[in-house]
Amino acid sequence: MVDMALPSGSIRSEAASRSRALERLRLSDQTFYYLTRAAAMFVLVLLGGVIISLIIGAWPAFSQFGFGFLVSERWNPVTENFGALSPIYGTLVTSLIAMLIAVPVGLMIAMFLTEMCPMWLRRPIGTAIELLAGIPSIIYGIWGLFIFAPFLQDTLQPFLIGLFGNVPLLSAMFAGPPYGIGVLTAGLILAIMVLPFITSISRDVFEAVPPVLKEAAYGVGCTTWEVVRYVVLPYTRVGVIGGVMLGLGRALGETMAVTFVIGNAHKISASIIAPGTTISATIANEFTEAVGDLYTSSLIALGLILFVITFIVLSIARYMLLRLERRIG
Amino acid sequence: MNSLYAARRRRNIITKALSLVATLFGLGWLVLILGTLLYEGFSGLSLRVFTEMTPPPGAAGGLLNPIIGSLILTVLAVLIGTPIGILAGTYMAEYGRHEKLTSVVRFINDILLSAPSIVVGLFIYEVMVYPMGHFSGISGAVALSVIVIPVVVRTTEDMLMLVPDTLREAGASIGLPRSLMIMRIAYRAARAGMITGVLLAIARISGETAPLLFTTLNNQFWSTNLNAPMASLPVVIFQFALSPYKDWQELAWTGALIITMTVLALSITARALSASRKQS
Repeated sequence: MVDMALPSGSIRSEAASRSRALERLRLSDQTFYYLTRAAAMFVLVLLGGVIISLIIGAWPAFSQFGFGFLVSERWNPVTENFGALSPIYGTLVTSLIAMLIAVPVGLMIAMFLTEMCPMWLRRPIGTAIELLAGIPSIIYGIWGLFIFAPFLQDTLQPFLIGLFGNVPLLSAMFAGPPYGIGVLTAGLILAIMVLPFITSISRDVFEAVPPVLKEAAYGVGCTTWEVVRYVVLPYTRVGVIGGVMLGLGRALGETMAVTFVIGNAHKISASIIAPGTTISATIANEFTEAVGDLYTSSLIALGLILFVITFIVLSIARYMLLRLERRIG
Repeated sequence: MNSLYAARRRRNIITKALSLVATLFGLGWLVLILGTLLYEGFSGLSLRVFTEMTPPPGAAGGLLNPIIGSLILTVLAVLIGTPIGILAGTYMAEYGRHEKLTSVVRFINDILLSAPSIVVGLFIYEVMVYPMGHFSGISGAVALSVIVIPVVVRTTEDMLMLVPDTLREAGASIGLPRSLMIMRIAYRAARAGMITGVLLAIARISGETAPLLFTTLNNQFWSTNLNAPMASLPVVIFQFALSPYKDWQELAWTGALIITMTVLALSITARALSASRKQS
């Protein structure tokens, strides 16, 4: 009896331990699944949290000033009277200057990299341009403040003032003394910063053009420029717009580089060489020094406005890039 | 006919020349910025920078406390952000590849990836600093981790998508539970790419200033207390560069050089890693 019971008992215990092990595996498998799902949901919670916390933080300012907050140019911490118009204006104008320069230059570099550059040089140049994108914005800021702004003050700004001084309309755009720092300087620094983003996305979408299309165009005798202009660009238009929007998103939200060189002046002036401010620069400069709930709340309201603007721009960017991806894939 | 041909030729040459100029223009900035950084920052680079505290204006000193502060913040942010990012990326590539949830998360993640970092700072101020009542190192680490998560989610998903399904099926055929198959096979196959993602995330946050301005604030003194304001390299650079004192400005340049070199080394390593993966 004893030696009969022993093996059957060990079989039973083996079966039990096996089912226990399987149970454990099933449990850990389930746990892992729910963990990953929770993490994926967390990304959504994060965005929701950002929006909700900003709305709550901005509420006092919006309820105090109402719609007027968006269209008022006042910014007076002493009388606690705040309006967002001049930061919004500065954000839009600096980004506009940046895009006016970075878009054509970026597209030209992408054309050079995909159609003209010798094969062995493509990777190094592409990498170098992308390294520009990796440099932290504070480095652009310190460089802009100590090197670029004095340089502009001595050269470009006096030149522009002299050149357009007597031209109606344009003279107002370049009126005032050459401070070095100001809206134009911030726009130029932003142009250097977003250039790599636009370049690398345009290059990627240019490379996605089926070679057959380009070869056919070259085959009937098109020049390089004609191939880019009439084959590559129309084919990749959606993607290029997506890339431009992505760059615009960066430019709108960029903080440190702009904070150093914009001058932090809460006024809208017609001259683009005058100091101004942007949404992000205002927050960075004033948030820790803001006294009073209304002041803090107004700054958070500015943050909310910035987030809404970039959210819209980035959504358009992603939508465009997705459309191109679907067409190619 | 001939003149049309000549005109086309001329236009082509002009645009080609312009695109060459544009490329030189783009590369020129990189050379210029790195050149100035080396020129301005290198002279101040000495052992003292790594062994002494930030000085009061007019005295000599180093950047020890901000360097240590930045290291602590970065390590914590990566420790918080990476697991969440990897898990979320895993769900998107392994479990919910065709689900609606995945495409929504991907879209939102892409938005977070390029959202202005100063907004992240405001968010953490609202949910951590304000309720706690004071600035603290930990809130800065959390703010940075919010920037880490989207980077890691993106690379993890992309890299896991590249793992061939035959590998997964081989794992399933020997009876591996799905979670073990993912951890033992898929992660191993995608390892180089996932490490690249983490390196890129570190490169991204090591120069981030805006989210730290009103979370960790700054600290003149030695402090590793996560519950108190903490010095960090980017914020010290910001403060010192905008100060009127010459020695502070020089230290700012040196700090800028250290950050840039770190970031460039990280992104070049990341690039080399992903390049070696493509070749093998």
